[in-house]
Amino acid sequence: MLGEGIIKGMAETARNFLGSYHDAARLTTVEFPEDKIPAKESARNFPFLVHDGEDAMQGLRCVACQICEKECPPKCIFIIKDTNKKPDYVGKLQFQPKVFDIDVSVCMSCQICVEVCPFDAIKMDTDFELGGSDRFGGLLLNKRRLAKPNSYYHTIHPTEAAEVDGRLAAEKAKVEAKAKADAEAKAKAAAAAAAAKAAAPTTPPVVDSTPAAVVTPAK
Amino acid sequence: MIADLLNGIGLLLWRVVSDQPDAKGALLPVLPAVLQPVVSAVLSVAPIIGVFASLFALTTLLERKGLGRIQNRLGPNRVGPFGILQPAADGLKMLTKEDIIPRSADKVVHFLAPVCLAVPTLLAFAVLPYGRNLVPLDLDAGLLFFFAVGASTELSIFMAGWSSRNKYSLLGAMRAIAQMISYEIPLIVSSVTVVMMTGTLSPMHIVEHQAGFIWGFIPHWYVLTPWGFAGFVIFTIASLAESNRSPFDLPEAESELIAGHLTEYSGFKYALFFLAEYLGMFAISGLGVTLFLGGWHAPLPGLEWIPSFVWFFGKLVSMVFLFIWIRGTVPRLRVDQLLNLAWKFLLPLALINLVVAAVWHFTAVWTFPGALVVRWLLGAALIGGPYVLLGSALSGAKKTTLRVYRYAT
Repeated sequence: MLGEGIIKGMAETARNFLGSYHDAARLTTVEFPEDKIPAKESARNFPFLVHDGEDAMQGLRCVACQICEKECPPKCIFIIKDTNKKPDYVGKLQFQPKVFDIDVSVCMSCQICVEVCPFDAIKMDTDFELGGSDRFGGLLLNKRRLAKPNSYYHTIHPTEAAEVDGRLAAEKAKVEAKAKADAEAKAKAAAAAAAAKAAAPTTPPVVDSTPAAVVTPAK
Repeated sequence: MIADLLNGIGLLLWRVVSDQPDAKGALLPVLPAVLQPVVSAVLSVAPIIGVFASLFALTTLLERKGLGRIQNRLGPNRVGPFGILQPAADGLKMLTKEDIIPRSADKVVHFLAPVCLAVPTLLAFAVLPYGRNLVPLDLDAGLLFFFAVGASTELSIFMAGWSSRNKYSLLGAMRAIAQMISYEIPLIVSSVTVVMMTGTLSPMHIVEHQAGFIWGFIPHWYVLTPWGFAGFVIFTIASLAESNRSPFDLPEAESELIAGHLTEYSGFKYALFFLAEYLGMFAISGLGVTLFLGGWHAPLPGLEWIPSFVWFFGKLVSMVFLFIWIRGTVPRLRVDQLLNLAWKFLLPLALINLVVAAVWHFTAVWTFPGALVVRWLLGAALIGGPYVLLGSALSGAKKTTLRVYRYAT
């Protein structure tokens, strides 16, 4: 009959109206500034720079390779290389950024900078409360504002951060093992050379049985 | 002198609150003869503007709250406790906003339109009986006056749409004209039944005719008769359309026409349109209460000690709540659906309702036991039958079939 649907609809809206007063589960509103729900692990908005250790400027993982700057589609990253080098997480001397700016009013949150970074130095943040009164300077984030500790990365993206940490640790271990092996080999070679030198006047050198030659493939 | 004045004001307030007649007579003799007509007019007009403007402020808040709850939201709750100061914030915002007039607009008409809308809307309040002894103007042809000033609001909406020089404004105004003229007819025809039964055009007398109780507890309101019920439903639907409210908000139709005739209005002129729209809704709800819901009469015999205007405003607010509820439920109609509903459905039903009212009137002489029940059932069948038949004829004609694709596989 005509009008049945309207009655049915009115009953439904009345149920919602009354239900919203006694059934708290119906109200899905989060009253934002007072209540906040933690961001989802997969959430992302703008990039930030990860640093290890206490000192943000000393511990930046970024080596100013400028890959992200070149890959960024809207060109919102601006990097100037510093002239002096500092050791990175494995101890190798690397450049560091003198200036690292991201204009978040231009950034489109595509995450390409994160995908291309070979040093796991840039990651996506979930902090969205970036409002300010200055729309030019206030939205141009410099490296001090961008730098956030690895522990923060762990709180916002735990799974990803653990995976990155594991990978970095494995790499470091590998490099250390290699360095150790290198050092050992060097020491052995030096010892062998010394021994050979000492033995040289009496016996002819035995080419095949040098310990250094045995160790070499294991490197 | 001052003591007399205070005494007069006190007596006036007491007479209003306690439903006594001649409230103005308490104050006027105290004043000098020169001032009496002016004060008398102010005493009639000021409460209407004050009460209905504050009701407007309250309704905007309650509407947003109610719609929020219907959609399982909280509604505005930021300004003041539970958001009750929201209307004040909105009003301040409207007052301080820039008043923009389009360069190519007809400036005089553009300026006059909101004023021309607000004045007749306020005039309509003059004839409504708010309480037993509270009627600003007891016109013999009060109902006619109400519809006459109500019809002139269409002109101001067209003024607004035409003078703005904007395609959306003009389209909205054209829609408003088509809608309001179409729905004026079922609105008036459904009200005519009441005039037929009471034999008077005076709202005051119409309310007096609805006094008393059947069997001691059922109020003698017209909504409880078959023709009255049908008339009330038709009246409510038509008044929704008359006051441009959802589901008949085509003139504004924000998803299609930005804001219709309001597109080029900003600041306080926009607020004036908004005010007039809500005042129009209150006026027409008040008329519905007067015609069908027994006006200021109490719903049960023992409750007459409560001041009569409390009942009137209670019923008025219930009507407004119904309007909000409908707004939260029903989606907007298309233009052709809107006009079909008015001309093909509401108008025939309203005309049939006249016959039902006549049958009810002429069967009033039946005196056999249970005559009232028989009359009621007869009337219900006479209006219910056409309703079902017309409804199925209009809505059942459409058949849904599976779409056949000729080229696509």
